[in-house]
This record gives sequence, C-alpha cells and structure tokens, in this order.
Amino acid sequence: MDASEIGTMTIPMNEKIDNLLDDATTGNARLGNRHDSNAQPFIRIENLSKEFDGVTVVDSVNLDIYRGELFAILGGSGCGKTTLLRLLAGFETPSTGRVIIDGIDMTGLPPYQRPVNMMVQSYAVFPHMTVEKNVAYGLKKDGVDKTQIGEQVSQMLSLVQLSGYETRKPHQLSGGQLQRVALARALVKKPKVLLLDEPLAALDKKLRERTQFELMNIQDQLGITFVVVTHDQEEAMNLATRIAVMDDGRFVQTGTPTHVYEYPTNRFVADFVGTTNMFEGTVSRIADEHLLIDTVDFGDIKASPTPGTNVGNQVWLAVRPEKITISKESITSETTTCIKGVVTDLGYYGNRTIYRVTTETSAVIEISAQNQFRASEPILDSEDEVFVSWDLNSGIVLKE
Amino acid sequence: MNTRYSEMADKAWRSFVIYLPYVWLLLFFLTPFLIVFKISFSDPVIAQPPFTPLFDWARSGLSAVYITFDNFLFLFEDDLYWLSYLKSVRVAAFSTLCCLLIGYPMAYAITRADTTARNILLLLVILPFWTSFLLRVYAWMGMLSTHGLINKGLLWMGFIDEPMKLLYTDFAVYLGIVYTYLPFMILPLYAALQKLDLSIHEAASDLGATPFRVFIDITLPMSATGIIAGCLLVFIPAIGEYVIPTLLGGSDSLMIGRQLFNEFFENRDWPVASAVATILLFILVIPIMLFQRYQITAGTNVNE
Repeated sequence: MDASEIGTMTIPMNEKIDNLLDDATTGNARLGNRHDSNAQPFIRIENLSKEFDGVTVVDSVNLDIYRGELFAILGGSGCGKTTLLRLLAGFETPSTGRVIIDGIDMTGLPPYQRPVNMMVQSYAVFPHMTVEKNVAYGLKKDGVDKTQIGEQVSQMLSLVQLSGYETRKPHQLSGGQLQRVALARALVKKPKVLLLDEPLAALDKKLRERTQFELMNIQDQLGITFVVVTHDQEEAMNLATRIAVMDDGRFVQTGTPTHVYEYPTNRFVADFVGTTNMFEGTVSRIADEHLLIDTVDFGDIKASPTPGTNVGNQVWLAVRPEKITISKESITSETTTCIKGVVTDLGYYGNRTIYRVTTETSAVIEISAQNQFRASEPILDSEDEVFVSWDLNSGIVLKE
Repeated sequence: MNTRYSEMADKAWRSFVIYLPYVWLLLFFLTPFLIVFKISFSDPVIAQPPFTPLFDWARSGLSAVYITFDNFLFLFEDDLYWLSYLKSVRVAAFSTLCCLLIGYPMAYAITRADTTARNILLLLVILPFWTSFLLRVYAWMGMLSTHGLINKGLLWMGFIDEPMKLLYTDFAVYLGIVYTYLPFMILPLYAALQKLDLSIHEAASDLGATPFRVFIDITLPMSATGIIAGCLLVFIPAIGEYVIPTLLGGSDSLMIGRQLFNEFFENRDWPVASAVATILLFILVIPIMLFQRYQITAGTNVNE
C-alpha cells in the first residue's frame, strides 16, 4: 500500500469519526445502517424487572429494538442478561413491566404461543430425534402441511450447510454441527424474533469467528430480528448493529459497537468493553482547546474539552491502549501528553505487541502497537526507557 | 520386565473382576435351573429324592437314559395350569400398568422437587423396605378384613351400610402387588427422569409444543429406558408372586406361584412342579429378551 492510497482512506475515516463525535455530544445512539431511525420499535421492553427470592436480577429495564436489527446484550456472568432473554422468550414471568413484540403485549403468553424462538448455549437438540426431525419439530407443532415441512426443512438445512445430515442423530454430530441444527430448528419457524443465548460460546476460536460471519449472513438473508446475549465483547462488537452493556440487572449504555467502544459513558463500560488505561484526577484548568487534569501518578494530562466539567471536578480519563504511541524519543506538542517510563512487560501477539510501561511513580500504562512492518528483532525490549504519548482527542473524560 | 509383569497382573485382575459375576451366576442361577430342568423330565416316585433318575450308570458307564415328557404334556392337558399362567400374566400385567400410572407422576414430582424435599421423598419411597415384607402384607390383611380399618372407616362415614368383602378378593391381590412393587417402579423411573435436561423441555415448548405435547414428544420417549426397567422389575416378580395371592387372595385366585408351591410341597410331585417352573421361566425370558433388544438399538442413541 503506497502513501496515496493511505491518503484516500483517511478521509472517509475522519468523516466517520466526526459523525460519531456529533452523536456523542448530542447523546443520540447511532443505529446500524440496516435500521430506519423513524421506524416504530419492533420489540419494546418497558420497565421490566425480575426478582428471584428477593434478589433483583433484572432491574427496571427499558429498551427499544427495531425490526431487522442484530442486537447484542453484553455483560459479565450474573448480570441478568440470560434472565432478560428468558423473559422475552416467556420462560420467566416478569415481576413488573411488560414486553411488546410487533405491537402485541406478550404478558401472560406462554413460550409456545410467542412469535419468538430461542437458541440456548447448550443447543438443547432433541437427542432422540434425527437432524431432520429436530428441524421439522416446530413446523409440525404449527400444523404445517407435510410436503411443505419437507421443503422448508431441506431449505433450512442447506442454509446452515447441513444438507446430507438429515438422518444423523445428534450424538453423531460435532459441536459446530449441533449449533447449526439448533439454529435451523429455531429459524425454520420464521420467528419474528430469534433469541440467542451465548450462541457461539461452546465453539473453538476459529469456528466461532467463522460462525459469527455466517450468523450475520443468515440474519441478513432472512431479515429476522436477532437478540444475542454474550459475555464476549469482541463477538458483540463484530455481530451486532447495536449493543446494550448490562451490569447488575441494568443497562449501563446502549449504542452502536463503535459508539460503545469509542464513547463509553462511564468507567464500567470503558473497562468492560475492551481494555482501557484509566487516569484519575481533578480538573485543574479549562482552556478553549483543552482541559488539564491533575493526577497523582502522571502529573498534568491534557484532555479535550468536555461539556459539564468544571474546575475541581473528579474525573477519569480513559485512553485505549492502541491510541497511545510508544517511542524512544519524547514527543512534545500543544495537544499531546507525554509520559516517561520503562517497558516492564511485553507481549507479542504477531499482529500487535502489548507493552506494559511502568512510570517513575510505579503506575502502569498499557500500549498496543500494530506490528506494521516486518522486523527481524523487536524495536523495543524489556527495560528500555521509553516515552508514551497520546493526542488529547484520543482520550475520553468520564465523570462516573 | 517389571512393566510386563504388572501389565499381566493388570490383565489377570481385570478378567477376574469381569468373570466373577459370571461365576456367581453360573453357580447360583444356572446350576439350580439345570437341576430343575432335569427333574422336569423325570417320573415322580415315593422315595427320597421323590423322582426317578434320568441316567442309569452301570459299571462300564452310561447304560440307559430315561426321559419322559409326561410332565409337560400333563400341563397341556389340565387347563388348570393354563388358566393359572394366564391369570398370573394378567394380574402381573395389570399390576405393572397400575404401578406405572401411579409411579410415573410420583417419580416426576420427586425429580421436580427441590433438593431437600427430593431426598425426603426418596427416603419415603424406600422406607417400607425397612419393615418385613410379610409384616406389611399381614398389616394389609388387618386393614382389609371385614371388621378392618377400611370397612370401619367407610361405615363410619356412611358410604356403605354393611362391611364390604375386601380381603380374599382379586382386588386385594392387585392392591397388595401394586403396594409392594411400587418402589421398584418409582426408582428406575426417577433415575431416568432425573437425567432429563430441562433445557430440552424448554426448547420443545419454545418451538410451539403445549405442555402436554412436550410430555408426549420429549419426556415420555426420553424416559423409555426407565419405563421398561421399572415394568420388568414389577412384572417379573409379580408373575411368580406366591405370598400375596396366598394371604390376600381368595381360594379361587389360582396364580402360578401358588400352583408351583402346591405341586412341590402338597402333592410332592417334583417333576410336574419343575415343568411348571421351567415354562414360567420361558415366559419371563421373553420380555427380558425384548428389553435387551430395545437397549441395543436405543443404546447407540443414548450415548452422547
């Protein structure tokens, strides 16, 4: 790739960042390009709560999901994401609130009457039925005509690339194939919404990555609204048009993957989605083009002006490892913060290298550097004295 | 050298463990059966033992073999035996069905109870075994008799005007068998149902199956091994049951277990009794073989 090509590529990138900046300042969640923002919400979750023995697992959640979206609910274990999905499927009854799908209130409807299908982490493929019978099961329950069932089942099996496996029993299939059976079985009913609980967690890394793209393709082809629950932030970001980050039964942020990654609204999201260097301090000065944060470990650091911050406020500056430059020379400019340190740890991942730099105050900063050029030996090594620096636009000021 | 020696010891130990049960079966099951089988071809005599020998051993070796099929022919001629067999099969089959109908919901409820309740319920299922079987049958006699607990209760509540005949009826026999063998139905059913993954039920429900369809399509076929095992555990002992029909049944309740006892101990006709026992065994072997065949075909599917 020569310089002119790089040049043409950077212009649209800048535009995209500008758009994102606009959204971030106005607080609008950007929606995926498959979604028309004037549309009525397809799934509306209103004030939904679920308690188990006095413990609130889902805590007054409100959410609108639009037709054709691939929506991801991202959270750690025990955050209530699976319970939320089960509330949508009808396996749990809400303590308060309601779910409306395509204009119909789902309250009180049992799972077998909802226009929703769910695929669980264990796949729950019927072990005593062949692949074909597994996929046909839902259609049979709907009273679909026999010849039609055969047609739709074989269509669906070819969509999930399981043609030729019709008469196999589940114990003869691999994990990836079982996952496809479960997917085909849920999709063949053409549900209004497909719920997927950790759909790829049981697959190995390579297969998981491939299946992610296949899932997206299938979703694109069928246009069914997908709601995916996952603990894997990379999976959520890759799959989804929008992400809701969930913690302790509540949504802490909802937005596009880029939005959630680049403009986290609080420390939890910044930390949970990806890796972040967090610089804690108080605002010491606000100028036109930047504000200064006084930190204990790193001295004064620069940040871009953020509405709502005043001198004396406690804030956190979140900077992603890949937005920090590491070099042997100090970089000084009006807009950069430069900190001196020593490389104490170095992880080589092939495509990138993770450096952990310890400052004189023994604070640690993590830097991720793309290995753009083939080098016979690493340019930087452990114990090297280095300077880490970043532009003030690279960080985001968080107030909570 | 050392590893080879230990390998050989390993192999010897393995075959010892594998073949020990076979030796046991050979000694205590096959040998007695062969003795009974042999007696069934003899003639009864008033002697000690009360049957003729099959083989005549002269000094030079085996000189003559006397085999008679009279005992088996006798069983065919006298319809008493056929009626007894039929009645036994009927009583055993109906009792098995009753046990299944009562035991299945009980086993299902136990699997769905929370852990502490489940342990208590299982204990209650096994609890009757802690008292003697005979004592429990006698207790039923006390309850079922004309002036027993049940008649007194019904009279007191005004459902009946005079005591019903409960004891010494077929009803009492069914009651006794179902009561006695119910745990043998519940335990294998519980074992099978407990293994069922709730997420598979939920998947069926999610795909549009009503709770009843979930039961028919998922629960029932997936607990088939438990159903068959439970049915065999009830059917096989029930068919040869002697104590319950004798103590609770009427004089007309001719079950094969009673016939067998009568032939052995009252008529002292060991050869006919042995023939009765041999045919009974063949009747029992048929359902076991069917079960084996089912397990072989289902076995490949159950392995995950």
